[in-house]
Amino acid sequence: MTSDKILDAKGLACPMPIVKTKKAMNELESGQVLEILTTDKGAKNDLAAWAKSSGHELLNYEEENDVLRFWIKKG
Amino acid sequence: MSEKKKTTIILFSGDYDKAMAAYIIANGAAAYDHEVTIFHTFWGLNALRKDENIQVKKSFMEKMFGKMMPKGADKMGLSKMNFAGFGQKMIKDVMKKHNAVPLPQLIEMAQEQEIKLVACTMTMDLLGLQQEELLDNIEYAGVAAYLADAEEGNVNLFI
Repeated sequence: MTSDKILDAKGLACPMPIVKTKKAMNELESGQVLEILTTDKGAKNDLAAWAKSSGHELLNYEEENDVLRFWIKKG
Repeated sequence: MSEKKKTTIILFSGDYDKAMAAYIIANGAAAYDHEVTIFHTFWGLNALRKDENIQVKKSFMEKMFGKMMPKGADKMGLSKMNFAGFGQKMIKDVMKKHNAVPLPQLIEMAQEQEIKLVACTMTMDLLGLQQEELLDNIEYAGVAAYLADAEEGNVNLFI
C-alpha cells in the first residue's frame, strides 16, 4: 500500500505510539494516508479505536516479525 | 467537527506509579483531541514541585512538610514495593528496558500537548507549598474551577 507519510514508532511504549500518530496526522491533509510502524502489542486495539473516534479510516493492518503496520487515512 | 470532548483527572496521590497512570491517560486523551485538565491536590501537588531548593518564607511546620515530601515527580515513591526508595529505582530500570516514558517526561509532554495542569490552592496552603516552588505555566484554582471543567467532562477520574 502506498502512503504519504511514514511514522516509525517501533520500540516505543504506551502512550507514545498514539501521541506520535496524532502529531503526525496533524501534518497531513484530509484524504492522505499515514503509515505507522510499531512494536507495541496494545497498538492494534489502540490505533483502531483512535482512528474510529477521531474520524479517520483504518485502511489496512499487517503484522510481520513482531512489527505491526497500520495505514490510516485522514478524515 | 463537533465541540471538543473533555477529560478531567484529579491527581490526589503522590505515588510515582499512580501519577504515571494519570499522566499516561491524560496524554492519551490529548491525542484523542480532548481538552484535558489534571487537578492536583494533596500529595499529587508534589508531582508539580521543582526539583531544586527554592528560598521562600515558611513557618516551622511548613518547612518540615517541605523536607518530608518529595521534591518533584522524579523523587516520588511507589505505592507498592517502594522499599524506602529502592523499589522506585528498580522500576525506573525496568521502564528503561521497556522504553516506557518516565514521569517527568510525561509531565513535559503533557505541557507540550497543552494539557491544563492545575494546583489546588487550599491544599497548597495546608502543605505549605508556594507558587515559586511549583512548575511554571500551571494554573491555580479551587473546587469550583475544577467542577466547571468536570461538569462538561466525558471522562472523569480520581487517582
